[in-house]
Amino acid sequence: MEAQDAHAHDQHAHPTPALYLKVALVLFVLTAMEVLAFEAGRGGLGASLRPVFEPIVVLLLVVLSAAKFALVAMFYMHLKQDPRLLANLFVFPLLIAAVIIAALIVLFSYWRAVGAH
Amino acid sequence: MSHAIPAPHALSEGSQHDSHPTTTGIPSRKVALWTLIGSECLFFASLISTYLVYKGKSLVGPLPHTESQCMLHGKMQTCEHIFEIPLVTTGTAVLLFSSFFIVLALYGAQRGKRKMLVGWLAATVLAGMFFVGMQVYEFQHFYHKGMGYGTNLFSSTFFTLTGFHGSHVTVGVIWLATLLVLAIKGKIPPQKALNLEIAALYWHFVDVVWIVIFPTVYLMR
Repeated sequence: MEAQDAHAHDQHAHPTPALYLKVALVLFVLTAMEVLAFEAGRGGLGASLRPVFEPIVVLLLVVLSAAKFALVAMFYMHLKQDPRLLANLFVFPLLIAAVIIAALIVLFSYWRAVGAH
Repeated sequence: MSHAIPAPHALSEGSQHDSHPTTTGIPSRKVALWTLIGSECLFFASLISTYLVYKGKSLVGPLPHTESQCMLHGKMQTCEHIFEIPLVTTGTAVLLFSSFFIVLALYGAQRGKRKMLVGWLAATVLAGMFFVGMQVYEFQHFYHKGMGYGTNLFSSTFFTLTGFHGSHVTVGVIWLATLLVLAIKGKIPPQKALNLEIAALYWHFVDVVWIVIFPTVYLMR
């Protein structure tokens, strides 16, 4: 029973301003890393870095923006503490959205390849 | 959970009294806003998909990252790449920090700290206005460089995607400015903090959409 109470308390506990500030600073650093990855990928930080970053820059950007997205959703939108129903209302359409984007990219690439032949 | 403190609605029962009771125990307006956010995810997914499937398919310039041949003053000319990454990065940082500002405003509203509420809410509105101003300047700059809405596939998909996001930010700024006026008049007591919480959720959503748009449109070559 005590464990249940503690769980319920945890679910409704909101972060403090100090934690909000830490999240903001992490978001800022991740954004700076995105721009640096972009610059490195196009040779803006030196020609020697370009061959290293160019093939992985898209992957890096996807990972960094996913991390930022998750931080805002969990801490600022309080999905980490709020009832699971709200997270489901957000995550389910988000999954459909990801499938739509992937499906359209694959379909258009396929039909362009077929058209080219 | 050293960083966690009891939720404000646990501290002040009043915040729940403002909305109808539901079987889930969650305020119905909050459920409605999350449902709206879910549907908006699909809306922006369709716009992002359209941008991506037509990426790199423009026959004439201007183009985002490379020099190209484009029609300027009635004749074909070489024109330079069109994006101004430092400007957009600044706008992105300001929008990200506005999310931080509004959680502090909400923190103040839920605990009856009026100065904190008004100060941080005003900062959020200013940050939102800065972002909209940045976007208006950027669009105007592109237009003067010869990129109108129908110039090429890139311009049509770019203006549609970022324009719809910008209109969402504008709606958010108007919404928050209205709440700021109410806060200044002392009409957002802790019992009515849910009004700000719902607007804050919308604002964070606008922020996360930009978190996806910024690297997808501006940083992926």
